[in-house]
Amino acid sequence: MERKVAIVGVGQTHHKARREDVNMMEMVHEAVLRCLEDAEITIDQVDAVLIGNMEHFEGVNLSDMWAVDFSGALGRFGMKITTGGSTGTTLSIASYYHVASGLFDTVLCIGWQKQSEGDTTAGLVSATDPIWERASFAGAFGTFAAAATQFMKEYGVSEEHAAKIAVKNRQNGRRNPYAHLQLDISVEDVLKSRVLAYPIRMLDMCPASEGACAMLFASEEKAKKITGRPAWVAAAETRHDSPFIGDVPMFMDLRTLRAASSAAYKKAGITNPLKELDVIELYEPVSWAEIAFLDALWLTEKGKIRDLIDKGVTNMDGELPVNPSGGVLCTNPIGATAMLRVAEAAIQIRGKGGARQIPNVRTALATGYGGNWWSDVMILKDRL
Amino acid sequence: MAETKPRRISYRAVLPFRYSAGRAASRFFAELRDNKRILATRCPKCTKAYVPPRPVCGECFEPLKEWIEVGPEGTLVGYTVVHFPFLDPLTGRERPVPYGYGFIVLDGAATKIQHFIEETDITKLRAGMRVKPVFREKRQGNFGDIESFRVVG
Repeated sequence: MERKVAIVGVGQTHHKARREDVNMMEMVHEAVLRCLEDAEITIDQVDAVLIGNMEHFEGVNLSDMWAVDFSGALGRFGMKITTGGSTGTTLSIASYYHVASGLFDTVLCIGWQKQSEGDTTAGLVSATDPIWERASFAGAFGTFAAAATQFMKEYGVSEEHAAKIAVKNRQNGRRNPYAHLQLDISVEDVLKSRVLAYPIRMLDMCPASEGACAMLFASEEKAKKITGRPAWVAAAETRHDSPFIGDVPMFMDLRTLRAASSAAYKKAGITNPLKELDVIELYEPVSWAEIAFLDALWLTEKGKIRDLIDKGVTNMDGELPVNPSGGVLCTNPIGATAMLRVAEAAIQIRGKGGARQIPNVRTALATGYGGNWWSDVMILKDRL
Repeated sequence: MAETKPRRISYRAVLPFRYSAGRAASRFFAELRDNKRILATRCPKCTKAYVPPRPVCGECFEPLKEWIEVGPEGTLVGYTVVHFPFLDPLTGRERPVPYGYGFIVLDGAATKIQHFIEETDITKLRAGMRVKPVFREKRQGNFGDIESFRVVG
C-alpha cells in the first residue's frame, strides 16, 4: 500500500531565450538552491536526486553525471530520467513513486534545458525514425500544422479560436515573473503574424527557452515537519501510444490523455472534473493543442470543449482557469516544461502564485505531453 | 574582481550513422524500388494493416507475418504548406520553402504515412482529397523513392 506524498518546495529560474551568464550546470544549481530555500531545508535532508533533460539538444550525454556537484547528487542516490517532452512529468511521477514506495522520505527532482546551445530541429529530428520519417520530417510545427487541418475539419475549430488561446496564455504570462515570453498581444496580432506552416503562425507556437525547475517531494511525516502547506499527490498516471507519427487515427484526439485523466480522476475520487478541479496547468505545445487536449480531460461532452472556452470558463477569472502561469506558450525549456506544469499546480495549491494566484485552489490538475502522444497526468490536492 | 564577460564556445559535429533497416523495412524497400509497390503487414488478431510495416502489432502484441499490398492511392487526412525554412539535418542545408507536407491513409492501410505533397498553394488543398505517389525514375530502396504525393481527381 503506498504512502501519502506531498510537494513541499518549488524552485525555478527566470526563463529566457538565452542565459549567456550561466552554463548548463550553473543554471541547474540556481533552481536547486531556490527549491531548497522555498522548502527551508538544506541538501543534507534530501535522500535522492532525480534529474533529466533532452540530451540531444545540447549534445552532452551523461548529463546527470555532469550535474552531480550542482544537483546535490554527489554521494547520494539518484538517476537520470529522460522521456522527451514529458521528461518533467516523468521526473515528478518517479519522485512520487520513490517516496510513496516507502524507500525514500525526501526526493529532489530537477528538469532543465539550455535550448539555445544546440540546434532545436536537429534535436527533434533525432527522435524520428531514421528510415521512415527523417527525410520528410517538417519539424514540430509541420507535424502540428498537418494535425491542425485535420482537427479543424473534424471539430469545427478555426484560426480565431486558436489565436484566442495564444492571447490568453501570453496575457497570463505577464503576471508570471518567471515566464520567458511576456507579450501584450491581441487576436489581430496573432492572425497577422508570420505563417510557419498553415494554419500555425509564429504567435501560435511555443518558444524555445532556457531554464530549470526543481521540486521537493516528501513523505507525510517529513512533509508535515517541513511546511504547513503541502501539495498532496492524489493521482499520477501515464499512458503511451504507438511511435510512428501516422499510427493514431487523429493526433489531436489525444487518446492517451483521455485514458490517463480518466484513471487519475478515479484514483483521486473525482467524478465531475469541471466542478471539482480549481485550476489546470496543461501542456500545450501550440495554441491549437490547448483546445484539443482540454477536450480529452472529460470536462464536457467529447468534441464540445469549444463551448466552454467560448464562454470564458478557462480564462483567468473563469470557473476553471487553464494555464494561469502562461503555459508552454510562454515558457518552454523542454526538460523542465512538463515539470513546470506540476510545479505551477503546486504553487497554486500552496498559495504562492503572487499575481497569477487563482483564489481558493484546493484541487489542481497538471498534464505532461511528449512525442509520440505520451500523456502524464498528476492531480494535487490541499488535503488527502 | 572585475566582471568577466560571458563567453560562448562554438562546436560543430558531423555525425555519420548506418542503421540496420530490419527485416520488414528491407522487404518493403526492395518492393518499392523494384516494382513500385507499397506493402503493409497485417495483424491476424485486429486485422490492421500497418505502414510502415513492422514485425509486431503494438496493440495486440502479436507477430505480423502476413504481407499485403496497399495503395498506391490514398486519402489526404491532414496537410499543410511549410513556409519556415529550417536546417535539414540530413543535408546540412536549409530546405527550400514553400513545400507541401501531409498525412495520407493509403487505401487498405489502417495507419497514416507522412510525406511531401506536390501542391504548394494552400487554397488548393483540402482534407479528404485523393492523392497518389509520384515515384522517382531512379530508385534506391528508401522512402525517397517516392518523391511526393500528387492530388488526383
